[in-house]
Amino acid sequence: MSILVFLEHHGGELQRNALGVLSKAASLGDEVHGVLIGSGVRALAPRAGAYGAAKVHVADDQSLEAPLPQPRVDVIAQLVRDGGYATVLFGQSVLAADIAAALAARLEAGLNWDLVDVVQQDGTLVGKRPALQDTVYVDVGWKSEPRIALFRSGTFDPKETGGDAQVEDVNADVQEFSKAATMIEQAHAESEGPSIEDADVIVAGGRGLGGPENFKLVEELAQALGGAVGATRAVVDAGWYPYSTQVGQTGKTVAPKLYIACGISGAIQHKVGMQSSGVIVAINKDPNAPIFEFSDLGVVGDAHQVVPKLTELVKQRRGS
Amino acid sequence: MKIAVCVKHVPESQSKRLDPATKRLDRSGEGALNAFDANAIEEGLRLKEAAGEGEVVLVSLGPERALDSLRKGLAMGADRAVLVSDAAAEGSDLVATSRALATALEREQADVILFGQQSSDSDGAVLWAAVADRLQRPFVSQAAELTVSDGAARVKRQTEFGYDVIEAPLPAVVAVSDAINEPRYPSLKGIMGAKKKPQETLDASALQLDGSQLGEAGSETQVLALSDPPARGDTVKIEDDGSAAEKIVEFLAGKRLV
Repeated sequence: MSILVFLEHHGGELQRNALGVLSKAASLGDEVHGVLIGSGVRALAPRAGAYGAAKVHVADDQSLEAPLPQPRVDVIAQLVRDGGYATVLFGQSVLAADIAAALAARLEAGLNWDLVDVVQQDGTLVGKRPALQDTVYVDVGWKSEPRIALFRSGTFDPKETGGDAQVEDVNADVQEFSKAATMIEQAHAESEGPSIEDADVIVAGGRGLGGPENFKLVEELAQALGGAVGATRAVVDAGWYPYSTQVGQTGKTVAPKLYIACGISGAIQHKVGMQSSGVIVAINKDPNAPIFEFSDLGVVGDAHQVVPKLTELVKQRRGS
Repeated sequence: MKIAVCVKHVPESQSKRLDPATKRLDRSGEGALNAFDANAIEEGLRLKEAAGEGEVVLVSLGPERALDSLRKGLAMGADRAVLVSDAAAEGSDLVATSRALATALEREQADVILFGQQSSDSDGAVLWAAVADRLQRPFVSQAAELTVSDGAARVKRQTEFGYDVIEAPLPAVVAVSDAINEPRYPSLKGIMGAKKKPQETLDASALQLDGSQLGEAGSETQVLALSDPPARGDTVKIEDDGSAAEKIVEFLAGKRLV
């Protein structure tokens, strides 16, 4: 039975998160198709083949330009009904979560969310979900098909394996109530450097930096490492840094190869958003800060002193 | 204007545990109103105040004890509460929960249905979309600002990429972020008055739902097993004696990260 993967795109590019899920789906051994929905997006479809999609269904229409969930639910529901997909997979995002949950209700299908893995077990799929602030892992299953799953953002790396995907147009009927909500305005900040979900390295700042002007130190280190800047809820709430960089329970969940936390105490709100990172380095003045309990390397010290020195050393090492 | 606010009674965070027998969250201990739902109640009260008239009704699915959380919402200023409570509904997943809530909301015919941004127990942040699809109404999530005028809800919302402004004609479903407002504290008068406000408890039969549509029987997902999370390696902690930056670089180089 085949798998359908939602191919989210932004700014004319397929999202890394979706491509990671696509690669994971391809590794499960079933035939994998993608679904791409938007306006002027057809040209992106063949690229999904490189990450394991045999076929990409494309709903390309001006009425689908705004990234609103409900028309997308109609398109995907029709594909699942017509194509008999046993499994529909999404990488976590504001848009994907909204689509996945509405799709579950529409198809009376099970949705498991916040998964960090999925495996074939006794001929069926089993999802892995961390619970209670990641202190326990729960194996979750589906009692029926289709199975719908939402994976934590950044869980899987995209792997280029195949060639071009076959592209097939889909003309879906969009329900009246799905057209009711309309996009009036989009103010999307174009940030420099990689976005935090796509970055291999994140340098994040917290209230311990003392003020918005000191984020410069974090930005310089991120730049030297070729990484992105993250922020805590406290810092975003205080208006020091934009919400789009917020890591944590009410922001983004990230899993870069390296996470450097500067002046961050490590409250649970922040921890759940970054504890899946490969290597965590923390710099904090307070020796009792909770972040030291889940850091690979903890430095009890003043970020204002340590971070600029670190930036210089990294630059020297990289010969720039 | 009639505003329905969907709320959840969740276990106190200190006592959260999974019951090894049922593999479900142990809900036998102390509970409280899901903190994120207080933002939704606050926003409902503000909408009513801005309109100068209307009713704010709280709707919840949960055990009888959930009335404690509903009373907190009534003390904040909501007008009445509806609790869907039935032993058959225990262990409901997204499809079963959204089925029960949508049925209860259908009776209310509210102009605006509000949700908080997530539940603090299951970390679920999706229920509104399932409920809205069942009610066939427009929905908008992550609302950072909400205004209602001329029969439409206008929402400024946060996404990964910045801000969107979305308009949806009423009746509409809106999930608010916790950045939208600062929930008020119940006044003493509010607390005293809460007990006297209408509180209705409905079982499955009152909603014309049968047991097979609720709880584990009505769910499409299941919990199979519990296990320990993968352990992190040892943590190394050093004091900065002026050489911490060098030590960090050395550490990163050892892991081929610089």
